[in-house]
Amino acid sequence: MEFYVQQILNALQVGSVYALIALGYTMVYGILTMINFAHGDIFMVSTYLAFFTSTLILGLASGLNPIVVFIATLLTAMFGTALLAVVIERLAYKPLRTAPRISAVITALGVGLFLENFMVAFKPVGPAPRFLPHLIPAVNFNIGGVTVSTIQIVIIVVSALVMLLLDTIVRRTMVGTAMRAISWDKFTAPLMGVPVDRVISMTFALGASIAAVGGTLYGMAYTIDPYMGIRIGWWAFISAVVGGIGNIRGAMIGGFILGFVEIFTPVFLPSTYRDFVAFSLLLVLLIFRPTGILGRPMVQKV
Amino acid sequence: MKSAFWKRWGLLLILVTLFPLTIVLPQSGVINPYINLVLKYVGINIILTISLNLVNGYMGEFSVGHAGFMAIGAYAASILTVWVFPREAGAFFFPLALIAGGVAAGIAGLGIAVPAFRTRGDYLAIVTLAFNMIIKSVLENMEVIGGPRGFMGMEKLTSLAWVYVCVIVTLFLARNYVFSNFGRGVLSLREDEIASGLVSVNTRQVKVLTFVFSAFLAGIAGGLFAHELQFINPRSFTILKSTDMLVMVYLGGIGSLGGSVLGATVYTLVLEGLRTVLQQFGISQEWRLVVAPLMLILLMIFRPRGIMGLREFRFLTPRDDQPEMLAEQRKRIKAASRIDEVSP
Repeated sequence: MEFYVQQILNALQVGSVYALIALGYTMVYGILTMINFAHGDIFMVSTYLAFFTSTLILGLASGLNPIVVFIATLLTAMFGTALLAVVIERLAYKPLRTAPRISAVITALGVGLFLENFMVAFKPVGPAPRFLPHLIPAVNFNIGGVTVSTIQIVIIVVSALVMLLLDTIVRRTMVGTAMRAISWDKFTAPLMGVPVDRVISMTFALGASIAAVGGTLYGMAYTIDPYMGIRIGWWAFISAVVGGIGNIRGAMIGGFILGFVEIFTPVFLPSTYRDFVAFSLLLVLLIFRPTGILGRPMVQKV
Repeated sequence: MKSAFWKRWGLLLILVTLFPLTIVLPQSGVINPYINLVLKYVGINIILTISLNLVNGYMGEFSVGHAGFMAIGAYAASILTVWVFPREAGAFFFPLALIAGGVAAGIAGLGIAVPAFRTRGDYLAIVTLAFNMIIKSVLENMEVIGGPRGFMGMEKLTSLAWVYVCVIVTLFLARNYVFSNFGRGVLSLREDEIASGLVSVNTRQVKVLTFVFSAFLAGIAGGLFAHELQFINPRSFTILKSTDMLVMVYLGGIGSLGGSVLGATVYTLVLEGLRTVLQQFGISQEWRLVVAPLMLILLMIFRPRGIMGLREFRFLTPRDDQPEMLAEQRKRIKAASRIDEVSP
């Protein structure tokens, strides 16, 4: 019993990171119907931003309160990543908005690979894996045979807060309404005075900063390297598709489903089968329910 | 009369005279092993580019997982030459192994295409991607064929002559495919799927068959690749390989065989050239990998159709489709309709 509770806790930890990244995929798809394949690598860049910021802060002033350092790192990573995403959107995606949809997807694939290979070739980063400095003192609690670490609690709680915040932003604020309007009908929305370009940039910024939260949290628990954008990014992407791409709550559910797949596959199969299970799940789902768990079927009009 | 003869047979003659050169030149040492290797890569890349161009360029669908088909072709052909066919006669069975690899990839393509084309357009991208990842994962988990360590023991059967023959046959098949009646269906699908369905193009059949043909070609290229390197492992067939193929297609030009040849040649030579350039300036070789994605992004923004987008070289166009033939046909139709107008 304890074993399963422990595994569920671990699954929640991994799943919340996937969910945070999946949100970025799903928001961009919802608004532009474009699969932003670069998002996983934007997440990767965000972990490096967190790495450099936290190392810098701790190097300059080591006596600071860990909470302050954590929040400063988080905010810097969020801001930097949002800026990167907006720049990418302006330079690479905006010129293609009227081009066939395939062009934008290929460009996104190119941007992702570019970020990845650039980070490998870029000397201060390089291909070697790295550890984030300890932002929060890691303490393990033992509750009835289940080990809970402070890092685990922080990851799950912060992710839950961010997701709640995002859900509120999308449902209650002006920006959120504008986003939903564009995803509902991108031809009528500008006629109603919705500034499309600005809202799209904001969507990218929002998605990227949420990925940066995921990146910082991920870096606290695991090692980081320039290639992790591929694996984590693809898993998050599957989460978004499983939940129903374009649907924000679907992305959250999908993230947790993939978290469970990741943690519980090694229980039944050798752990090298993880990718196989995840992608087979995707394939089976696409064949039997192409719109995902919460997605609405799209009707093709002539 | 003479010019008519050259028009009909000239291309064939040139191709046939080139063939002995592909055997003699590497063996006599006129071209050194490095150039020989680069030429072979150019050939393999041409086949891959044509394969992907059929789906992405001519049909207007979007596959990003062709490295998966290449992997199947490579493994199937290698297993045959290493374990099944007698070693002494390996060279004679080589074409058979290549074709078997192509067929295996084609069957996998069929398995993917049938369910994939039931769903919406951009989902093919996701399905093929998932397929690529699954193939890699399966290969890594199959200990029988080496798992993550890879598979080896093939002899170096891929010679320049074989690559040459494969490229010519591929060009011939692909040309006849896209200029056939069936091929017009493929093209119409790119322009407007619903409209082509209305003029009784069997859209599902066209999509599935084109995809299978494309997978077959990728499998052939995989077999050639495996017997050149004499060592394959699952990591050679990741999404990176698929991206290389995408760059070559969009560099050369969508919907063009000449473009595919150009794109593959230019891309391979540029990347090889960069190797020496970077060495000269003392920059680390890792920057070479940054170039391909950057090229892809810039191409998509500034010239999404590539060098030869939707155009074709004269010598790759069947005679009935060459501009003056089409003009003559149009004139004839006009004349015929005029007679009809007068006669009643």
